[in-house]
Amino acid sequence: MMQPVQSRFVSQLKRYYALYTGGFIGFIVMLSILEQMGVPNKLLGYIFLGVTVSLYAGIGILSRTSDVSEYYVAGRRVPAMFNGMAIGSDWMSAASFIGLAGTLYLSGYDGLAFVMGWTGGFVLVALLLAPYLRKFGQFTIPDFLGARYGGSIPRSIGVFAAILCSFTYVIAQIYGVGLITSRFTGLDFGVGVFVGLGSILLCSFLGGMRAVTWTQVAQYVILIVAFMIPVIWLSVKHTGNPIPQVAYGYVLEKVTAREKVLNDPTSPDGAREAEVRAIFKQHEIRDEDRLKALETGGAAYLSEEKAKLVKAAAELEARRDADPLALKAANQAVADFPADVAAAQKAWRLQAEADKAKSGPISAHAEPFAGPDEQTRDNKRKNFMALVLCLMVGTAALPHILMRFYTTTSVGEARVSVFWSLLFISLLYVTAPALAVLAKYDVYTLLVGSSFSELPSWVSAWASVDKTLMSVTDVNHDGIVQLAEVTIGGDLIVLATPEIAGLPYVVTALVAAGGLAAALSTADGLMLTIANSLSHDVYYKMLDPKAPTGRRLFISKALLLVVAVFAAYITSLKPGDILVLVGAAFSLAGSAFFPALALGVFWKRANKAGAILGMSSGLLTCMVYMYITYPFFGVNAPLWWDINPISAGIFGMPVGFAGVIIGSLLTPAPDKETQDMVDHVRYPNLERNIKSRIA
Amino acid sequence: MQLTEKHRQYWRKNLKITGILLLVWFVVTFVVGWFARDMQSVTILGFPFPFFMGAQGALLVYVLLVGYYAYCMSKLDREYGVQERDQ
Repeated sequence: MMQPVQSRFVSQLKRYYALYTGGFIGFIVMLSILEQMGVPNKLLGYIFLGVTVSLYAGIGILSRTSDVSEYYVAGRRVPAMFNGMAIGSDWMSAASFIGLAGTLYLSGYDGLAFVMGWTGGFVLVALLLAPYLRKFGQFTIPDFLGARYGGSIPRSIGVFAAILCSFTYVIAQIYGVGLITSRFTGLDFGVGVFVGLGSILLCSFLGGMRAVTWTQVAQYVILIVAFMIPVIWLSVKHTGNPIPQVAYGYVLEKVTAREKVLNDPTSPDGAREAEVRAIFKQHEIRDEDRLKALETGGAAYLSEEKAKLVKAAAELEARRDADPLALKAANQAVADFPADVAAAQKAWRLQAEADKAKSGPISAHAEPFAGPDEQTRDNKRKNFMALVLCLMVGTAALPHILMRFYTTTSVGEARVSVFWSLLFISLLYVTAPALAVLAKYDVYTLLVGSSFSELPSWVSAWASVDKTLMSVTDVNHDGIVQLAEVTIGGDLIVLATPEIAGLPYVVTALVAAGGLAAALSTADGLMLTIANSLSHDVYYKMLDPKAPTGRRLFISKALLLVVAVFAAYITSLKPGDILVLVGAAFSLAGSAFFPALALGVFWKRANKAGAILGMSSGLLTCMVYMYITYPFFGVNAPLWWDINPISAGIFGMPVGFAGVIIGSLLTPAPDKETQDMVDHVRYPNLERNIKSRIA
Repeated sequence: MQLTEKHRQYWRKNLKITGILLLVWFVVTFVVGWFARDMQSVTILGFPFPFFMGAQGALLVYVLLVGYYAYCMSKLDREYGVQERDQ
């Protein structure tokens, strides 16, 4: 039923992207031949990152535009499947690509909260928002709030919340960009941030949503290929089956059996584990004693301890036959010694927690909410549920995703494009748990029990790169690796998979390019959301409604530049960890937007007063809870019902709903015009007779 | 444009479909999750059932839900004559 122009456009797109995918695979093959010929790894890494980044920039240049509708909503002619791919890469950030498999490796079943949360949210998007937003058919999410509730206050709160959650999220992405470029090219973190940013800017600067959409489709292809290849290989290596999602049930059984052996002190392997755990138990007791002494002794105790270390280092220095390594360690210990009581408390507390974790038995990968007693288990279950709900509702409220549904050709296409998005996204999310299990199998069976003199090459390689990602120390000096002696940082799992699977370096570079694609594409979408909120909602809708289109686009682009530089600056200060930032963005979005958006469509009685009350109280509750409970802010108030700060939205959302309902019922029903607008949104064919309001 | 009885019927049907699908979504996510520990002994394709649901089953259901909704609604749009004109 498509018009010939659109169907020609679609088949053209299919041809382009098929050629592109073929070209990309050819490029990988070519590089692996180069690798066989002896081209150094570093150069291959540069070529890989250079080519992909300039590719994105190239698409940006090709799709440059100065048409308002093209700039904001890609001309509203993005076919459902391509919109699905674009949303897929817009959606999957560095946290999904690199962090997720690692989180699953470290926390087993409990990590599945992210898998379910980040996919199930699209059910809410499809059922409650996407088709209605498409029918509404404007440019931004605050547009909808402004038109539905009237007046500039709901719009302003919307703008504030959109910028707040997008900005929090974009910092996490730029952080990922900096991390990947610096790790794989050896550039400085700050330089990495600005190089990555350059390509983001070039792309969104020239072509807005149009350029970002077509770049994101290209990025989806790269990131999914990069994620799948090593996992498939690993699956073939361990099971002989190239479909990891099917094959890993069998591997999981073996991992579970192995976990039992390692936790059983009567088996030889289990006995060695028990020995190492006993040593960590002693460490833990020592840490706790030290913390107690610090509490009573204060600064005096701290300087006393430091003096001991300084003395020990000086004594070693004085000895002629001193072991240079021991001397280095002693000096390092002096240099790393905490500067004041607060820092000491923090560092030693962390140390105590780490030692405590190593002194107990390992928990089973597939066991939900593992814990020593009923209360811990209940607590974990409660937090799991809360996190799933926050991530889902947050998904259905993040403006950079929702505004993509403005770009499809029709309401029907919007519905279908949620289907494609979810399908493309699920492809990665069903693979990540498989990767976690396969990697765990490798570590539990091949690494544990191997001798320290013959560590697998990927272990020694990564241990020399970054101690927080991978470290093995022979704690009980028996020359054999025990599980408790291995420390793995979550990010390692995806980054090291190609080496674990024994693949050539090209695949490692491919994974880096995939991670970069994931981070860049999400950053692109977010940055555009922020700039559009400022230029469209604040400048055009509130400050200067008569502005000519040329000036609107100019303002938009200028703001993009300002936002990008500001975000890069904040990122270079390295504020907090990625997961905290991401979690905060979801909770904030869910609390601020979801109640007002969903009720705006499904409850005609919802009015301006309700929206103002609901959005502001939801957002405020969420912000206050995060502020008082995240250790980062230093307030450390007791938790409400033991809910972790990452799920702050669990309080913000009900408050938001209550706010909208109470506020609306206390004030008169919205006028006829608004009610007509709700009808307009509900029925795909209803013509609008409310032009004056939203045009 | 004035709403007809047909419009109201369409909307009621839409709400019904949306409600039923949301119920499935809720059961798959929260009910299965809540009783995860009690279903540990059930296995499917080598996986303990709750793990399978969290890692794959629920995702498959989500995809099907969204796909079914798109299919159902476009049928409903045509049935009630509220579909969009060709673009």
